[in-house]
Amino acid sequence: MNLDATRRPWTFWVLAALFAAYVLALYGPMLCIYVLSFQDVRGGLVFPMKGLATHWFVDLFTQVRTGDVRGGFERSITLALVVTVLTVLGSFLAALAFRRGFKGDGVVFYLMIGSLVAPGLVLGIGIGLLFQWLGLEASWTTSALGAHLSWTLPFGVLVMFAVMARFDRAWEEAARDLGATRWQTTRLVIVPILAPGLLAVALFGFTLSYDEFSRTLQTTGGLNTLPLEIWSMTLNVTSPSLYALGTVTTVASFAIIGACLAVIAVIQKRRT
Amino acid sequence: MSQRLATAEPWLCAAPLLAVLAPFFVAPIIVVLAASFLQGDGAGGMLPQFTLDNYAAVFGAGLTWKLYLSTVKFAVLTWALTLLIGFWIAYFLVFQVRNRLLAIGLFLLCTVPFWTSNIIRMISWIPLLGKNGLVNAVLQGSGVIGQPLEFLLFSDFAVVVAYVHQLTIFMIVPIFNTMSRIDRRTVEAARDAGASRWEAMRLVIIPLSKNGIALGSIFVLAIVMGDFFVVKVMSGGGSASVVSALYEDIGVLQYPPAAASAVVLLAVVVLMVSLILRTVDVRRELAR
Repeated sequence: MNLDATRRPWTFWVLAALFAAYVLALYGPMLCIYVLSFQDVRGGLVFPMKGLATHWFVDLFTQVRTGDVRGGFERSITLALVVTVLTVLGSFLAALAFRRGFKGDGVVFYLMIGSLVAPGLVLGIGIGLLFQWLGLEASWTTSALGAHLSWTLPFGVLVMFAVMARFDRAWEEAARDLGATRWQTTRLVIVPILAPGLLAVALFGFTLSYDEFSRTLQTTGGLNTLPLEIWSMTLNVTSPSLYALGTVTTVASFAIIGACLAVIAVIQKRRT
Repeated sequence: MSQRLATAEPWLCAAPLLAVLAPFFVAPIIVVLAASFLQGDGAGGMLPQFTLDNYAAVFGAGLTWKLYLSTVKFAVLTWALTLLIGFWIAYFLVFQVRNRLLAIGLFLLCTVPFWTSNIIRMISWIPLLGKNGLVNAVLQGSGVIGQPLEFLLFSDFAVVVAYVHQLTIFMIVPIFNTMSRIDRRTVEAARDAGASRWEAMRLVIIPLSKNGIALGSIFVLAIVMGDFFVVKVMSGGGSASVVSALYEDIGVLQYPPAAASAVVLLAVVVLMVSLILRTVDVRRELAR
């Protein structure tokens, strides 16, 4: 019997070791490729590290055989930004609707779950065929945009459910009692209070779209998004260019998360 | 505001969501369903003739059963491992790390890689698990093994490693959320009433974490069942999944058989998810 309440049980140390191992396995491999991407021209896919240079980054953006990385990058960022905006607006409105409740909301909810769990490639094939039958041309700005939204929007609504659960209706009622119109209540009370949650939705929307692969494959038409470029690179390229691309995309992801977190921090600071 | 407008308002708010789900989820599923009953013309087109041949081919082929067996094997292995790791990590963070701020910091540490590319995270195993990779180098250097281990990369083992690497976070987040809401006094009460630590875990913590476990399981199972990408790259072409076979069909423009296979897969996934949903009210869990 352990009478000393401050002493940790043995399980603590076992689980602490498990946690450390998990974090190591989570970050270790990624750190390896970031390091290996800075090799010089002699570099290979495995350690030991050969030299120190930015050769493979130059290679990545100048070589034809590595594919259209720059174009894919630009398309993916553009698409992800559009998806983000639409996801934030759509999930905010849908969350308001679900909060009030409406006829058939149960069906819409299960449609959302269905859209989330449906195998991405199957949905992509369906969208591709649909466009083909309607005589429309699949493109990253139309079919791929819709395919991404079918994934990010339900995800965003689920996040909004969790965010809304912590929203106190008393604030909204107080605003109404003080004579605010519905629009004023939404604009001046609901949106500012939910702002951090909406930013979280934005962050999810951006990442899920920027990284989306299986729903995009059959819906992007002639021009590839970045994950598709990376995919074809994994099949063709066996040089550290692949790792350089990993480093570049990670830096881009972190720059965007950093910007989002900074905005959240500023909002939180202005409130207190 | 008029009464009519007030009742229509939730519908107007849900309209954008429906405007996405109808053409990009409902319609494509109907299209796939329709295509699965059509006859292929052998040149990538489809003839408007009703047939059940595609389904007969799917169920008649021994390959189908092999693919499902292999996919289910990966799904179950990945589910078991992510649940095991995810549950204990969530438990560690919620119940054993005493400083709340530290716990949240460590939790965020687990979520950071989620924001980076999955594909990149997958290929990042190459320098470690390859024949000349770090793991083999260390094992050989320390004299544990004489020959490099071949099964580490481009094998079923590598597939499971990549899945667990990517998907454990889908278990940690919902279980962490559910566990955080467990009133610690219930655990203390169980202990005071004479339950051992293991009994408190089995009779109090696990039942109260059920919803998080269910939510995580849905994500992990649905993703593995629908994956073809990890299997293709990490097995080095040695293994296949239901969807990777489907992808091959599409590659040679065999739409109707691929559609039939897709419908069967969809039915299996929906069945799995609805079985899990029976045990938990997801909507209430999220809105709690």
